[in-house]
Amino acid sequence: MIRIFTRFEVFWHWTQAALIFGLLFTGLELHGSYALLGFGQAFAVHIVLAWALIALWAFAIFWHLTTGEWRQYVPTGTGVARMAAYYAYGIFSGEAKPFVKTRSAKHNPLQRLAYFAFKAAIAPALWISGLLLLSYNYWDGTWLSGPLSLAAVAGVHVTAALALIVFLIAHVYMAATTGSPWYEYLRAMVTGYDCEEGECLPRRR
Amino acid sequence: MKRICWILSALLALSAGPALAAEAPAEPPIPGASNEEPVGSTADHSQFGVLEGPFETGQEVTQACLTCHTEAAEQVQSSIHWTWTYQQPATQQTLGKRYVVNNLCIGVAGNYQRCSSCHVGYGWDDSDFDFSAEERVDCLVCHDTTGEYVKLPTGAGHPPYEDTELHGKRFEAPDLAHVAQNVGETSRETCGSCHFEGGGGDAVKHGDLDSSLLDAPRSLDVHMSPEGGDFSCSDCHTFSGHIQRGSRYHVSMPDYEDSPLAAHPHDKPACVACHGGEPHEPGLHDKLNAHGDLIACQTCHVPEIARGGLSTKTRWDWSDAGRMGADGERIVERNEQGRPVYDTMKGSFAWREDYPPTYRWFNGEVSYTLVGDTIDPDTEVPLNRPLGGPDEAGSKIWPFKVIYGRQPYDAGNDHLVVPKLFGSEGEDAAYWRSYDWDRAIRAGMAEAQAIGQTDAGYSGDYGFVDTRMYWPVNHMVAPAEESVACGECHSPGGRMAGVAGVYVPGQDGHPLIERLGWAAVWLTLLAVLFHGGLRYYLYRYQRHGGGHSEAERGS
Repeated sequence: MIRIFTRFEVFWHWTQAALIFGLLFTGLELHGSYALLGFGQAFAVHIVLAWALIALWAFAIFWHLTTGEWRQYVPTGTGVARMAAYYAYGIFSGEAKPFVKTRSAKHNPLQRLAYFAFKAAIAPALWISGLLLLSYNYWDGTWLSGPLSLAAVAGVHVTAALALIVFLIAHVYMAATTGSPWYEYLRAMVTGYDCEEGECLPRRR
Repeated sequence: MKRICWILSALLALSAGPALAAEAPAEPPIPGASNEEPVGSTADHSQFGVLEGPFETGQEVTQACLTCHTEAAEQVQSSIHWTWTYQQPATQQTLGKRYVVNNLCIGVAGNYQRCSSCHVGYGWDDSDFDFSAEERVDCLVCHDTTGEYVKLPTGAGHPPYEDTELHGKRFEAPDLAHVAQNVGETSRETCGSCHFEGGGGDAVKHGDLDSSLLDAPRSLDVHMSPEGGDFSCSDCHTFSGHIQRGSRYHVSMPDYEDSPLAAHPHDKPACVACHGGEPHEPGLHDKLNAHGDLIACQTCHVPEIARGGLSTKTRWDWSDAGRMGADGERIVERNEQGRPVYDTMKGSFAWREDYPPTYRWFNGEVSYTLVGDTIDPDTEVPLNRPLGGPDEAGSKIWPFKVIYGRQPYDAGNDHLVVPKLFGSEGEDAAYWRSYDWDRAIRAGMAEAQAIGQTDAGYSGDYGFVDTRMYWPVNHMVAPAEESVACGECHSPGGRMAGVAGVYVPGQDGHPLIERLGWAAVWLTLLAVLFHGGLRYYLYRYQRHGGGHSEAERGS
């Protein structure tokens, strides 16, 4: 077994996951999808979780910049088609994954693209629109209310949230069930350790 | 600075461990509340020789009052309580009871004797009333402390001078000398004797002003309740020289960004005069104070109309009036609460209790449809309209009680009319004597011209038109914990549904985004289930039928 995720990454991933799920559930309540806590309570929780996530992001951005790990998330431009073909066909016929996870390249090209979309589009859209919603009264009536409106900003927030749900469904399915054994990646994300090639279970070439 | 403060406080709260709700502050003392020991007057009116009486009439009492309070009558005579006239500065309309039309008893003209039982004067019984006669000012109706002074409903402003029975109700003649010797400050009782009885009875006109405020529980009115501030009306509607603050024709909406318990007494009765513009604890997000940019305090803090246990009138249909019983007598049908739902004299009514107000944008100015104005009888005519809109600076969303009506109009001229309803002995043109709308309108319009309400005449052709009227809701302010909960508006079909120009999170959405977004979510879920299901099926097939080893279950 080799350490593939640092302890910070494990902490960051799961804290972020918990915060995002909390934000998602309270956000759906604020959106009117269901009623449980009541709008006022749900809103307070949503805001606390949002500030916490922003704080966590600040640390994570700092960590990624100083360690150079941000490179893990830059799309490679190649290999996406091979990964997609693997998930569309090879995974059923028991083919080996076209890419091998290493310490310096933890993510396959499809993962890179998906995580990049999450980090560069979905998440910023959520927190920028969220901060605008929160601070509505301070920009309403200023030059910003020309291009922006509460409805438009809310539309962006909701769109990004729906995109996040799509991402989460696909991510949870792929990350938690498509390793070898099926829970390989989940285990790696929890313990930080993954099998070296051939160490755990034999793969068919 | 404030903006930075709440962001900082939010971050501080985070670093100190998330606290989800700000701790409720202890109830602050209420400045100006009369729950302190009352300061006695420097004058004992029972010791004044001029008040020894006996008094035969109200005017005699007033003359006695004026011997000391030399300027009082002149002051009262410049007030709307006397003139029933108000020059609206923004719309330039001449308003006041003399000029406006409602959909209750419609108008004053020709109905003086009945309507003027709430005039702060004596003897306004025709269009020739002398508005300059000082002795005709009624001091006692506002300054009585005995509770014995009551004006006779049909007495043109006079109290009964001998015990009188009216519609089965007994009105005792007050001992005017006793009342005069016990005058004092105004009270909920004195103001309420007219303002709780608007529309002809308790709670009829205003859904937020009725006799339940005389001794209100704290939950009904946190200011007026003896368990709360124990306010009288004039604690907020302060008087100076007999002129009071606060007008529903021209609602003052001052704007402040300051702390609770800021003192802007010149802005009474606006809430901010005492509470400041940012009265809520900022907590983590300060959204409650932020709401104040767009909605009035009352919108949340007066959660329902008619919360005091008395229903209020929501519809008055005059077109039904005049139906007689089999015996040829007047019919009065009542609901379970004893409220009339049909009355031969007045038509049919609807009543409601404890219901959410109607919300409208409002900049404080109200525009009226007056008697001479052309109306479209095929539509529901707004007798008044709160002005303002979502894009207008200073406009806020306010709560209103809406009264719907169906009332006579001039079908030849397309005008509203004032019918003469009330008639003394011999005044057979009055609707309540002859049940003849044509005669009643002719007589009423002649009176309306006589008092200068309108130049419009009557074509001789009448019909009935649907109307609605807005009454701003300001009273029966609930304690904070009983104000409108967030979810009442921030939920599908919430209270702000139908209010234009405002996006309410939780209520409003983006249908196209929703449809596409949720379709994408469900498709993703289906794809994942299909993909996973197929993998699982193949794994079972390989294990049992395909002959591969268990070790390959990884795919």
